[in-house]
Amino acid sequence: MHGILAVYLREALILKRRLKRQLAGMAVSPLLYLIAFGYAMGDSVQFGGHTYLEFLIPGLVAMSSMTQSFGISTDINVARFYWYIFEEFQAAPVSNFAYVTGEVLAGMTRALLSIGVILVLGLPFGVVLHYGPLFWLAAILNSFVFASLAVALAMLVKSHADQSLLTSFVITPMAFLGGTFFPVERLPVWAQKILFLLPLTHASNAIRAVALGEMPDWRAYLVLPLTGVAFFILALGSVNHARD
Amino acid sequence: MPSGPGARVRGKPMIRIDQLIKTYGSVKALDGVDLHVPAGQLFAYLGPNGAGKTTTIRILTGLTKLGGGRASLNGHDIEKDALAAKRQCGLVPQYINLDSELTVYENLDIHGRLFDMKPAVREAGINEMLTYVELRDRSDSLVKQLSGGMKRRVMVARALMHSPRILFLDEPTVGLDANIRRRIWALIKKIQQDGTTIFLTTHYIEEAEFLADRVAFLDNGRIVAVDAPLKLMAGLGKWAIDWLTDNGMQTSYFPSREAARESAAVRENGFTLRRVNLEDAFLSLTGKKVH
Repeated sequence: MHGILAVYLREALILKRRLKRQLAGMAVSPLLYLIAFGYAMGDSVQFGGHTYLEFLIPGLVAMSSMTQSFGISTDINVARFYWYIFEEFQAAPVSNFAYVTGEVLAGMTRALLSIGVILVLGLPFGVVLHYGPLFWLAAILNSFVFASLAVALAMLVKSHADQSLLTSFVITPMAFLGGTFFPVERLPVWAQKILFLLPLTHASNAIRAVALGEMPDWRAYLVLPLTGVAFFILALGSVNHARD
Repeated sequence: MPSGPGARVRGKPMIRIDQLIKTYGSVKALDGVDLHVPAGQLFAYLGPNGAGKTTTIRILTGLTKLGGGRASLNGHDIEKDALAAKRQCGLVPQYINLDSELTVYENLDIHGRLFDMKPAVREAGINEMLTYVELRDRSDSLVKQLSGGMKRRVMVARALMHSPRILFLDEPTVGLDANIRRRIWALIKKIQQDGTTIFLTTHYIEEAEFLADRVAFLDNGRIVAVDAPLKLMAGLGKWAIDWLTDNGMQTSYFPSREAARESAAVRENGFTLRRVNLEDAFLSLTGKKVH
């Protein structure tokens, strides 16, 4: 437990020190999407009787929680390849479980902050959504999935450049195709089948359904924790890989 | 294979290394290193860049995987009993690995938490160690505001605050000016006097001579000799003269200063008269210089 707290505390202190910059960074992309795709399109686009803004904001919550929780991989890589701070953890009597849990919790914290930023940004647009327990559960599970994936990949990559490539090939396509900006159901069936393999698609659908006052697909609450646990186990196994 | 006189010591060694091997691809970084370091000793590991000094420390402290052989710290196997082995040691790596965005206090506090120090013990440990390295007044400074020498001292404080039995110092004074280097040496001596076993890697000859009780010469991943500094140099004499020839620098060794002066007097070109040092001992054993 002490190891988890130590690892998490370090990330939390750094986050606290950079908080203004981090919050500003978390706000830029969602704000641009809200203005460009939401506000500018106005009521000209509607999905299932909802305005595009109502459709978009839950999607942005899912996307942002993914990108921000995955962002912990960049911090881990900087600590590992440039500042060598990762070695302070490696040389300490701390288990792989404690290290991975601390970093995953730090990634989830960033994700929750980014969700808060989006909900605040959505207020001036006058969109009324429902933020019940199932909304937060889906958001937290989504953060868990991508924070765990981030730690696993951060341990497996050999350089910071590799990490950037993974973000380009894994996270960016998922952000655009995982049900953030349009309903996956509008695509051909074969494409839907592929996209339903992505955890973000399940997170977007569940978060959106709850936010719009509808019943979410229960499968999302099965797929997300199972995927998260699989990535978490991968992360546990990959920590030793980071020893040269 | 024993690695030379003094490789093994009587009693339970604080650091025990048996046939340590590490390969990177086809390169053998460590090729059967055998070492026992008793409690309380200041042991220096001397060799040129790439000899395997840092690799040894990285393996012992859990940063690098063991390629072969066995090692234990205060009786705890570094692979089978890794967490207990890590509790025995403090590490000051070659490079600064402090969190520059955090304060000195925060860096030490996180370290104390990693080693499961209770809050009151942690608080006392931080204050005690900062006093020890004479940085108590910089507790709330961000690390990025400190000089290189101060950062080194913070790293020493961090490595010592959980009261390790063994302190690993990997090139602790590299890149520091002579004054700060002397301060760090004084600090290292003080730490040893307080009962900590110290394992030091260096390629500074004078550092090993000044600090070490015993020295191991490492070359190409193998230990070529282990002994007290004076014993390693004993066979060569006490004085040396260096002079330049068409074939490069030549050196001769003499039992006394007078004998060295006599020999030097016949040299037409310039020469340097100096005391024999560990570099000479290393050169005589390996045919190479440490630098």
